[in-house]
Amino acid sequence: MHKEAAIREPLILGHKTYHDITEDVCRPIEDKAPKMWYILFGIALIIGVYGVGCIVYLLGTGVGVWGLNKTIGWAWDITNFVWWVGIGHAGTLISAVLLLFRQKWRMAINRSAEAMTIFAVFMAGLFPLIHMGRLWVGYWTLPLPNQFGSLWVNFNSPLLWDVFAISTYLSVSLIFWYIGLIPDFATIRDRAKKPISKKMYSILSFGWSGRAKHWNRFELVSLVLAGLATPLVFSVHSIVSFDFATSIVPGWHTTIFPPYFVAGAVFSGFAMVQTLMLIMRKAMGLEAYIHTKHVEYMNIVIMVTGSIVGTAYITELFISWYSGVEYESYAFINRATGPYWWAYWSMMTCNVISPQLMWFRKLRRSLLFTFFISIIVNIGMWFERYVIIVTSLHRDYLPSAWSMHYPSHIDIGIYVGTIGLFFVFFLLFARFFPVLALNEVKTILKSSGESYKNSPETEHAH
Amino acid sequence: MSDKVIFATYTDEEVLKDGAKKLVSKGIKINEVFSPFPIHGIDPIIGIKNTRLGIMAFLYGLTGLTLATVGMRYMMIVDWPMNIGGKPNFSYLDNILAFIPITFEFTVLCAAHGMAITYLLKNKTLPGMPAQNPYPSTTDDRFVIEIRVSENANYTSEDIQNLVKETGIEGFEEKEC
Repeated sequence: MHKEAAIREPLILGHKTYHDITEDVCRPIEDKAPKMWYILFGIALIIGVYGVGCIVYLLGTGVGVWGLNKTIGWAWDITNFVWWVGIGHAGTLISAVLLLFRQKWRMAINRSAEAMTIFAVFMAGLFPLIHMGRLWVGYWTLPLPNQFGSLWVNFNSPLLWDVFAISTYLSVSLIFWYIGLIPDFATIRDRAKKPISKKMYSILSFGWSGRAKHWNRFELVSLVLAGLATPLVFSVHSIVSFDFATSIVPGWHTTIFPPYFVAGAVFSGFAMVQTLMLIMRKAMGLEAYIHTKHVEYMNIVIMVTGSIVGTAYITELFISWYSGVEYESYAFINRATGPYWWAYWSMMTCNVISPQLMWFRKLRRSLLFTFFISIIVNIGMWFERYVIIVTSLHRDYLPSAWSMHYPSHIDIGIYVGTIGLFFVFFLLFARFFPVLALNEVKTILKSSGESYKNSPETEHAH
Repeated sequence: MSDKVIFATYTDEEVLKDGAKKLVSKGIKINEVFSPFPIHGIDPIIGIKNTRLGIMAFLYGLTGLTLATVGMRYMMIVDWPMNIGGKPNFSYLDNILAFIPITFEFTVLCAAHGMAITYLLKNKTLPGMPAQNPYPSTTDDRFVIEIRVSENANYTSEDIQNLVKETGIEGFEEKEC
């Protein structure tokens, strides 16, 4: 059995048994939803439907309804895309990278973080699709034999790499998540009393048995998928950053982008996990499984990745001067002092200064403070993408073309709408799916559960 | 031919492991163990070999790698060589850097999906399949050993029952199947 140092804080608080874990996770699914759930779901649904309405209007009228112009051809759409993809990085990082590193604290959060990942990537994928203006020809991005002669997609283009990276990431995350869910659906299936839910979870659980051979395969499949997903996580955001890194526009011509984007993605992803987890643990009574120690671990990840991001910002600034390329220097001076200074300094404050506060143990163990910082970080990361995209474009080589970007209400509607849709999906997940990886949490009960760790009886037994 | 199956239920995976060791040392063949989570170290005791799904994943990955390489070479080099910014495009090797991201992604895609599909088929777990566990509680907090009488010719059903009952079980059941 896995042993853990006695001075480590237990990961499962209180005197839980295997059955208690099942009860705690299944109760919110089996009970009637609280009123608060309906209220939140209603709000999210209204916002989401409004967003869908804006998308329909955009598709019916044309991309001109966005606030874009000839100089600034990418603005909120791609900002939102990169922002959502970034948020979508924490889930697979938590479940894959932390699985390879044998970090047991991941087990309390990986299921919902992966769900968050999948829904965030849904939202991200929406933007490049509607950005095409003609959604119905979206399949042209695939290398299909066609009637236009020998016209293939351009495999030299980072935009096409993106198509492959995002779709691979989405589908691999989805199966990784679902394979972990199957045994937990079986638990709900075997407890279900109502015929409809019994039938539903029976279909979802694929007839899972819990045989020793099946568990043997399950563990290997999880490990290999984690091994595959780990380089995938890093590759996806590297490839997203290539959209900008391989360009020749000043500000979009930076080889530092791949590692910097990956760190930024982990940074914003963990912040979103914190936002969701802090609410969820309270609302669903999971305080014994997701507690201060988990929050502290995640805050440390936020601090480390935030520092990497901060270093990258400053390196980028230094290199723009050190390169001696005046266009490059101007792009960066313009970011900090030009008409978009407020975006740049919001980004700097939110992403560079705020994570440094996590050096204080008191602050990083404070749930209220963590919640506040997690929102700040997500605002900051949105501004980062806005700064990179809009301020690099708005003053190009031709001063007569210099311009500003003002978002239209459709820009704002679609962005806010995706947040609504994201919460619609997440609330449905929290209502009908096991939000904790039951089968994984049970394996650490004896090594890291409070009652087992602190009882003198078990200490003598070992 | 009708066969008798003995199900012994335990409340703790360590007790089950010790019990399984005792039974196996007496020469009893344990047909199956059901548990709500993976019991580490049970596989060698009851004679389960490690799965070879990892090798399958590697083979699926190789398939993806080959398909991506062949496909991109055909589309970009053979069928319609595109001249982009005067960059060399007359051989696959000259242009290989641009093809690496998609080659990697497609390799991962094929390996992950191929392995997942094989896993589900091998387990015979597919959407809508009936539950395969003997008791609903084995997905909650109970651990069950399944012994088939026909597989233990040296023992009678009563002998097995007596041996099993000495291993700290919680419940016991004999079924015809």
